[in-house]
Amino acid sequence: MGVRSVVPFGPQHPVLPEPVHLDLVLEDEKVVDAIPSIGFIHRGLEKLVDKKDFQEMVYVAERICGICSFGHGFGYCDAVEHIMNIETSERTQYLRTILFELSRMHSHILWLGLLADAFGFESLFMDSWRVREKILDMLECATGGRVIFSILKVGGLRRDIPNDMLKSFLKTLEDVEKDLEVIIRTFLNDYAVKSRLCGVGVLSSEEVEELGCCGPFLRASGVRRDSRKLGYAAYDDIDFEIITHTDGDTYARTYVRAMEILQSAKIIRQAIEMLPDGPIEMPVKGFPDGEYMTRIEQPRGEACYYIKANGKKFLQRMRVRTPTFANIPALTRTLRGCELADVPILILAIDPCISCTER
Amino acid sequence: MERELREIEEDTLLNETQKVHSEGYRLIQICATTVDSGYEILYTFGKGYDELSIRFLTKGEKPVQSISRIFPPAWLYENEIHDLFGIEVENMTLDFRGGLYRTSVKAPFARKEA
Repeated sequence: MGVRSVVPFGPQHPVLPEPVHLDLVLEDEKVVDAIPSIGFIHRGLEKLVDKKDFQEMVYVAERICGICSFGHGFGYCDAVEHIMNIETSERTQYLRTILFELSRMHSHILWLGLLADAFGFESLFMDSWRVREKILDMLECATGGRVIFSILKVGGLRRDIPNDMLKSFLKTLEDVEKDLEVIIRTFLNDYAVKSRLCGVGVLSSEEVEELGCCGPFLRASGVRRDSRKLGYAAYDDIDFEIITHTDGDTYARTYVRAMEILQSAKIIRQAIEMLPDGPIEMPVKGFPDGEYMTRIEQPRGEACYYIKANGKKFLQRMRVRTPTFANIPALTRTLRGCELADVPILILAIDPCISCTER
Repeated sequence: MERELREIEEDTLLNETQKVHSEGYRLIQICATTVDSGYEILYTFGKGYDELSIRFLTKGEKPVQSISRIFPPAWLYENEIHDLFGIEVENMTLDFRGGLYRTSVKAPFARKEA
């Protein structure tokens, strides 16, 4: 056994957009253990159920994170709607699906850019984020916001999206797909990129299950599970296959996310073509009474929204289990045995969202 | 998707969790909720898309047993419960001793005594 030293990594580090800290135990350049440390910016948003009523909490849920904003709002509304037996209209379900998939696209493209930046491929980083702008433009057209959309409400949506606008999105999506093909080809085939990703941070399908992983991180190890198959919103009507890879390394994680971007475009296209007319909101009567846990597939993986209410205006409990939180134990496992130079890429491999984790 | 909720006694937590583990479930989440008589602790497990939850009520006066030796990722959820609710958890595989979250108020989600 060589001499061991402990190297602090973060909370401020060029590769980390948000604060997370790791104590890396090293033998020469090899990491033999990693102890994570979070909680630098914990906001206690769940505690706001004491001060904001169940309708106002939609805004709070949307503000858990700027990237997964739509998903958080959706998960919260879905749980409350289940408790209150509110069946949203078909149009609402399809519009929610479209917005959710646009969110997934921009989140995954953001991640691809950050990954390219982490291994020093600056032009690939800029190309990725240039394409992402087109998705954000569509979201801005549809909702008026680029980060927080505030289009969700319990029982439906705050505003409709005109059919003509959605048709125009089809052309934009075509352009985005063309751009993405070039970018994704580089991510998946470039020799330099592959040399940084292949065989790095391998986890088997048994390990990811044991460690409670979720999302692309799980599917990259060959586990075929995607919470969209639970059939919420309009996903029951949409034809899509779960994307997996069997290598379980960082290349496989990149592959799954890249393919999911293209798949999201196909889902949006289907949803726009099948979009029914009708109302966008249902009446909400009374206050929620009961408990429910919704599980949805956020871009980073499965997120859980547990709501408990006792018939009053203010909820008893809102609890959000975010995908990054679930993937932290697995992150520490992938770091064991890796080279110090691979640590930034392995941290990025779970697509960490500290804003979600520190809700 | 099937959903099941098992209400258990606090003393039987480890036995029940072991049973769930041997049935092939994975850990999805652990959550505490403040109720009039103490805290409800809800453990959610998954197998495929199916969901199984076990729940017990604790007054929070004595430590809750950690399930992290049965389900390894549980240490993160248990440290969170400790830091936010002030519930002591015994035998965690990784114990931050109150240092997971840097909160300005100690145990901000804990029950306010009347």
